[in-house]
Amino acid sequence: MTQKNRLPKGGRINRQKELSFKYDGKNYIGYDGDTLASALLANDVHLVGRSFKYHRPRGIMSAGVEEPNALVQLETGEYGEPNTRATQLELYNNLTAKSQNCFPSVKYDIGAFNRLISRFIPAGFYYKTFMPNMKGWMFFEKFIRRTAGLGKSTGLPDPDHYARKTVYCDVLVAGGGPAGLVSALNAGKTGARVILMDEQNEMGGWGLTSPNMQIDGKKAIDWISDMLSKIAKLDNVQVVPRCSVIGYFDYNFLTAVERVTDHLGAGNGGSKPRQRFWRIRAKQVILAQGALERPMLFAENDKPGVMMSSSIRTYINRFGVLAGDNIVITTNNDTAYFSALDALNAGAKVTIIDIRKDLKSDLLEKVNEKGITVHKNSAIVNVKGAHRVKAVEMMKLSDDGKSCIGEKREISCNLVGMSSGWTPTVHLYSQARGKLKWDEQRTMFIPDSCQQNVQCVGGCNGTMDMSDTLNESAVSGVKAGKLSGNKSVSATKHKAVSHTEQPPRNLWIIPGEKPITRDRKHFHDFQNDATVTDILLAGREGYLSVEHLKRYTTTGMATDQGKTSNINALAIMAEYRGLTIPEVGTTTFRPPYSTTTIGAIAGEAVGELFEQDRRTPMDAWHKSHDAVYEPVGDWSRARYYPKNGEDMYEAVQRETLATRTSVGVMDGSTLGKIDIRGKDAGKFLDLVYTNVFSSLKSGFCRYGLMLNEHGMVWDDGVTARISENHYHMTTTTGGAGRVYEWLEELHQTEWPEMEVFITSVTEQYAVATLNGPNSAKVLSKICKDIDLDNEAFPFMTFRNGTISGIPATVYRISFTGELSYEINVPARYGLQLWQEIIKAGKEYDICPYGTETMHVLRAEKGFIIVGQDTDGTLTPMDLGMNWIVSKKKPDFIGKRSFARIDTSRQGRKQFVGLLTDDKNIILPEGAHIIESKSIEPHVNMLGHVTSSYMSPNCGHSIALALIEDGFNLKGKKVNVATIEGKVYSASVVDTVFFDKEGKRING
Amino acid sequence: MTKFNIFSLIKNSLSYHENWEQHWRSPEPKKEYDIVIVGGGGHGLATAYYLASEFGITNVAVLEKGWIGGGNTGRNTTIIRSNYMWDESAKIYEHSLKLFEGLSQELNYNIMFSQRGVLNLAHNVHDLQEMSRRGTAIKLNGIDTTFLNPEQIKEKVPLINLNGRYPILGGLFQPRAGSARHDAVAWGYARSADKLGVDIIQNCEVQGFDIKNGKVQGVKTTRGNIKTKKVGIVCAGHSSVIADMAGFNLPLETVPLQALVSEPIKPVLDTVVMSNAVHVYLSQSDKGELVIGAGTDEFVSYSQRGSFDVIEHIMPPIIELFPFTSRLRQLRQWGGMTDCTTDRSPIISKTPVDGIMINCGWGTGGFKATAGSGNVFASSLAKGEMHPIAQPFSIDRHYDGYLIDEAAAAGVAH
Repeated sequence: MTQKNRLPKGGRINRQKELSFKYDGKNYIGYDGDTLASALLANDVHLVGRSFKYHRPRGIMSAGVEEPNALVQLETGEYGEPNTRATQLELYNNLTAKSQNCFPSVKYDIGAFNRLISRFIPAGFYYKTFMPNMKGWMFFEKFIRRTAGLGKSTGLPDPDHYARKTVYCDVLVAGGGPAGLVSALNAGKTGARVILMDEQNEMGGWGLTSPNMQIDGKKAIDWISDMLSKIAKLDNVQVVPRCSVIGYFDYNFLTAVERVTDHLGAGNGGSKPRQRFWRIRAKQVILAQGALERPMLFAENDKPGVMMSSSIRTYINRFGVLAGDNIVITTNNDTAYFSALDALNAGAKVTIIDIRKDLKSDLLEKVNEKGITVHKNSAIVNVKGAHRVKAVEMMKLSDDGKSCIGEKREISCNLVGMSSGWTPTVHLYSQARGKLKWDEQRTMFIPDSCQQNVQCVGGCNGTMDMSDTLNESAVSGVKAGKLSGNKSVSATKHKAVSHTEQPPRNLWIIPGEKPITRDRKHFHDFQNDATVTDILLAGREGYLSVEHLKRYTTTGMATDQGKTSNINALAIMAEYRGLTIPEVGTTTFRPPYSTTTIGAIAGEAVGELFEQDRRTPMDAWHKSHDAVYEPVGDWSRARYYPKNGEDMYEAVQRETLATRTSVGVMDGSTLGKIDIRGKDAGKFLDLVYTNVFSSLKSGFCRYGLMLNEHGMVWDDGVTARISENHYHMTTTTGGAGRVYEWLEELHQTEWPEMEVFITSVTEQYAVATLNGPNSAKVLSKICKDIDLDNEAFPFMTFRNGTISGIPATVYRISFTGELSYEINVPARYGLQLWQEIIKAGKEYDICPYGTETMHVLRAEKGFIIVGQDTDGTLTPMDLGMNWIVSKKKPDFIGKRSFARIDTSRQGRKQFVGLLTDDKNIILPEGAHIIESKSIEPHVNMLGHVTSSYMSPNCGHSIALALIEDGFNLKGKKVNVATIEGKVYSASVVDTVFFDKEGKRING
Repeated sequence: MTKFNIFSLIKNSLSYHENWEQHWRSPEPKKEYDIVIVGGGGHGLATAYYLASEFGITNVAVLEKGWIGGGNTGRNTTIIRSNYMWDESAKIYEHSLKLFEGLSQELNYNIMFSQRGVLNLAHNVHDLQEMSRRGTAIKLNGIDTTFLNPEQIKEKVPLINLNGRYPILGGLFQPRAGSARHDAVAWGYARSADKLGVDIIQNCEVQGFDIKNGKVQGVKTTRGNIKTKKVGIVCAGHSSVIADMAGFNLPLETVPLQALVSEPIKPVLDTVVMSNAVHVYLSQSDKGELVIGAGTDEFVSYSQRGSFDVIEHIMPPIIELFPFTSRLRQLRQWGGMTDCTTDRSPIISKTPVDGIMINCGWGTGGFKATAGSGNVFASSLAKGEMHPIAQPFSIDRHYDGYLIDEAAAAGVAH
């Protein structure tokens, strides 16, 4: 198979290594070192896709990150990936790609219908139509959605994995062209820790595009390897290819993404990550990202075969590809002449169309000498050819450049190169909040000032001369090294062959045969199909600010983020408004500089490493006993233990009864536990709880409520005083982290003077809770050193002892109203403790129970669960818990809010019990208490059901609810409406349904 | 004003789109206005529009420091919904949704409101309880809502992962909710308000107020002093700065909130999906980009950008819920300044200065309220008394405790 456009020699490719690949179903051959774009061009494939809106045929326009057109659908199946830039995709063996946004094929695309109606669909046309009514819009929208979008997502999970890396360095150099290399070398010589990153597979940047340029008496290509070997000798300089610096945040924090194994091909990465996401904190940053060439805005400038003039040169010198052998180059500046010369040397016929009038450059003489015809003061007015350029039509420009005059001439060609000047890559500088200034002479925004520690060098700084670039880079490298605390060295000196630039002619719009609004399309944002007339229309309709322009015409919003379109769009709007470009302003450059794989940003934090599934030390037992689990915060907790095919209802009824009849045991290890020490610990707790803890005696426990600043309940739990300056606090399972952070915040910001040490110890202890009349009997079998007598070990105290040899702290507290022991042991003994309890309890038919039964048991006693029975809008008084609010304490968090009008008023929502008229009806949690007997919209809602269960111990369904003025409604009937629209009748009762006298607490 | 429709589009196409009128003028400020609106975002422009269209008050100026719709109006994730639990919230958000339903036609500007539905996910028992409560309240308030089981969710959102780290147990779906083109809302209001005589004055920064005996007399701006007896402050993240100029404080904290989009792809997601537990807020725009809402920074800031860690931390949950997103690419991220109250409900209120009313505190969710907020604020300004829907949202609630606590209503795990 021949590669028609491959040159016999040259380029950075390895001709010994042929790679086969498939594009749009056809097989081709390329070389190692190719990009997909260069390999396609080598095979004379220009047409690679269809544009977003008009579905116009599009070709490869650039050779890099700025590519707007050549986006391909890479691979299929799980490795599939949409919108990949062919110009950055390194070729690998058996690569498969397809063109996008076209059906059935890129040559014959149904969507091209839009071209026929393109006259009727200018910028913003959708704001003006498709709106007969809501349904009408949604009808049209379906079609619009289908035609929009670019590539297709696989819809499948990603088989690759990604890594993240966090580094600190003295100097980060972004960009590995000549400027970056000199910067890194000089910074490295100061002894600074330097990281040099470049998005390409090898360092060299512009030097690889112009390999014969003379630098320091050498060919650029040799000079680059010379520099690289000097850098390689410095251990303190790390060189990272295939790595794009994409984000620049405050305090010199930058992000970068490294394509580690993408170039090996789908699935060939082995154990290495596909990509690595870098998070870099650099003391000094040097931006050496070069500049991007601007397209020229003549009619039909989007045809396949029209590309940036510098890209023609890149493809020749870097890839040994001459993308066409009959070339027209059109320019407003000198740089395109070098492309012309290289193309001529490569064997092409070249014609130059220069829009400038008076040309007196040595370059002109040089190209004339070589036989290249230069048409001065001329412009392309049309490009012929459907799927590939066939010819251009050219006319002379008028004096003011606003129109074309004279005869139209046709020049046949199969490739067009264009250049309308250069735009420094100031994206990262702008992200860093650097200010830009406008250089009118050279028509570019260049860096002005920035508060961060950053310097720009070379093209990125608007320095286009190579000698100047290298010397400024050397000085900047030394400066960055020194400023980051390293030794001072003298900067290296460089000399490159210079060329004196002739001034460019700035015609932002190249006139056509007809007035611009009536002419063929002149594209400025190729991917989004935004034309020159779109900008003029936006101006006419009042969308004058840059941000309006961007949003109205969608210019700059494509996947290239306006890298080639931005300045042209600004300039045309400025011209339209009669203002200068800086007066019109520039849009904000937002991260990322180039589009970044979402998986790479997530790094390793996916799948099993997403968020830990926390399990208790007893989990193995639960699992082996068929527990059904419930997620609670990060934890998986046993919800119930079904036996003999029981469903949840049946299991919970059995567990609830068994616990109150004999004895039950529950795994309470997830309970939040916080160790609080220090001489001010009691004072601290007095401020965070509503009741007093400083007066609690050592060895005793107390239940406490925590409020937020609005006086609303937000956590609860029992806290024990271990010794004079030592407390053990427990919190809700879900609240553990939140409470811990809150206490730390209070200590650090509100009461830093207090001597308090707060430590989360949730995972340090395993907790088993014994409940039921026989719990003491079970415990006494395995615990011989604690006197379990009610008087010796009263309710709300704790004792230390041993259980089957395990050191344990036993708390006599109860969340069920039963005689209860909460046994805490070091976490590693948790499973053993559990097994000992089960063994000892066997003769009493001990019943392990889960969270669901715990909920029923506590509801039978009217105990609240914070977050279920409360919602952040309830005071302790609303919950009927006035007893827990200290009247004596001068202050505690939330106290001041009790004085608010709304907080202290009568008739607030209050916590009550509900008994349905039909004892078998279990009200759905979330059902609403309503004023009327039937549901009608906007019926007055009085409150809602917070908890609801069938209570086997009461023989009746029970519910807890929050109802306006509930305390005064006791004994009255209310209506309860469900989400399905049913209404039940229920009586308002006390919240304690079982053992109202509280006799069972002592067994 | 040229009527926008297919015929005017064709007609103008024939004249090469050379004859379209400007959508709004760029007038010089007059010496005096009946009402001055400070802030040319969606809420401010809507206020001006309703003042003119419903109350016939057309001698109105909207003063905008930058360009209209350039703040949070152009920076949000474009979701419109009214599935709020508290009655007060339900009333204003539903009022807004109803106005949005006819807004394209009313303004003759396609705001592309697409009722593709919003789905809230439940990942644990507590979420289900909360969803049941919320769903019942929403229904009883006459607002559409349906509970979906996991199978129904999978049918609606085929690419969702039901059995991830936090399995999906159910969801609450509001069919009438959806998304709209945010910029178009601002532009549509601006165009219609301008047509009715409202002066939209861009690049006009308010620098102070002329207040005598507690009554407002005028506004000082970078384009001169403007006399007025009535001012409506509607400037989101900058509210506390403007209020300070008028001599009063607001119970607000301004924090950056970020969002991001992926590269555009062919349709994969038809509804808006939200999950509080996994921190996901995702939809797909008509252009094909996945629009992802990220979180707020934990510190106060007036800069329209946030920290990177917020972006970084949103990616794993997105992949967890939608595994296919891992191979897509992030295109762009941005931030806006959100003015947050302690109860996450807005402030629509009179102020200590006679003649100045304020509409702020919409925090992270103001876009959906644009129409309703502008409508009730216009009524309040026109009549000098707060509209009944606006009354509960007084500043005073931060003193008397009558909070409308949407933050608390989101619930906490037990």
